[in-house]
Amino acid sequence: MSTENTKNGSLFTPFNIVAGIILAAGIVVTIMRFTMGLGAVTNLSDNNPWGIWIGFDLLCGVALAAGGYTTSAACYIFGFKRFHAAVRPAILTAFLGYALVVFALNYDVGRPWRLPYPIFYQQGTTSILFEVGLCVFIYLTVLFLEYLPAALEWKGGLDKYRGILVKLTMGLTILGVILSTLHQSSLGALYLIVPSKLHPLWYTPYLPVMFFMSSMFAGLSMVVFEGTLSHKYFHHKMDEDYNANYLDLQFAFAKGAAWIMAGYLAMKLLGLSMDNRWHYLFTGYGAWWLFEVVGFVMLPCYCYAVGYRDRNIGLVRLAAPWTVVGIMLNRFDVSLIAFNWQLSSAERYFPSLGEIIISLFVVTVGVLVFRWIVTRMPIFYAHPAYKDSSH
Amino acid sequence: MFNTLQDLMLHNKSLTYVLMAVVLICFIGFWRFLTGREERNRRY
Repeated sequence: MSTENTKNGSLFTPFNIVAGIILAAGIVVTIMRFTMGLGAVTNLSDNNPWGIWIGFDLLCGVALAAGGYTTSAACYIFGFKRFHAAVRPAILTAFLGYALVVFALNYDVGRPWRLPYPIFYQQGTTSILFEVGLCVFIYLTVLFLEYLPAALEWKGGLDKYRGILVKLTMGLTILGVILSTLHQSSLGALYLIVPSKLHPLWYTPYLPVMFFMSSMFAGLSMVVFEGTLSHKYFHHKMDEDYNANYLDLQFAFAKGAAWIMAGYLAMKLLGLSMDNRWHYLFTGYGAWWLFEVVGFVMLPCYCYAVGYRDRNIGLVRLAAPWTVVGIMLNRFDVSLIAFNWQLSSAERYFPSLGEIIISLFVVTVGVLVFRWIVTRMPIFYAHPAYKDSSH
Repeated sequence: MFNTLQDLMLHNKSLTYVLMAVVLICFIGFWRFLTGREERNRRY
């Protein structure tokens, strides 16, 4: 394993070609969006002002970036020091996830130069959206500071600054957990204002709790899923410490995810019962709700549990992407599918090609930046000069 | 049919309390299932 960049020969690999096409299409749509307005590239309307740029890029992006706070909390707060090697990949994934959430938000909001206004000029302190914005702003800064030691080690000669950041690790981790608790739940609280628009099976006063709980197992699943993919494609970059605890980490996270998912299922049942929504289960939306809850929470939860119990890593690795898809389905349901459910199908929202291209563009940028960083910086291995460091 | 809010709340809460008691008992079973084959000196 080397700290040098790995050259893989030809630039024209299938992955690079597909990524290049998506980037080119994304740049064209970006120019259209910022020169011709939202109407030119989206199907958004007054009835449906929030589309997949919120439902996918923001809600799914934030939920799936929860691996950062869950992994660093497990390592630094709950004392699972053996999983230390997994913290940096998780922090990097979370940092890129949040950075891309903010990046994608510019497409929806427009006028990127106005983005700092809610934080520094006109604080809407009575708005939940302000709290989400403030938390994301601060948490993105926290994640950047948590990621920075790896960049400083790669750059070299900046030990003084690296030392200061390493000393801040515990404080940053605690701050990260607090901020994540706040804004993950607040994203659910955003929908408390639309009881007449969101289908009763998804609308519940417990939405904030459900968003927070689901972010926890989404984060754990994302770490397992991302670890499996990284192991396949960046195996040559991983050191002994990472490889030695890799399976232990996946099993531990499977156990945690199974347990939290069981609690989440109980919360779903609680919401259904407290609001007396049982009769909706026998409608078309009820079938869809059961499809989401049984198919994408209960079954992967069972897979995690059996995988952990039988030490069957294949089952755990199957449950991880399954859960990730389930979280995406849940966020789509809340923000799009079960939203405005009483409108006629002609008035319902379906994303335009431009919106889908931008979402693919954002994900592709994330994957490319992740690849660029992990092939250069000490993410999957400890830098030789700092091998004995606790960070 | 519920004639008053009191009737509705009584129905909902009664059912929810029973359900949550069942859920808590199920949690014990699920935990035993999950950890049933853990080694005695488990590491997590």
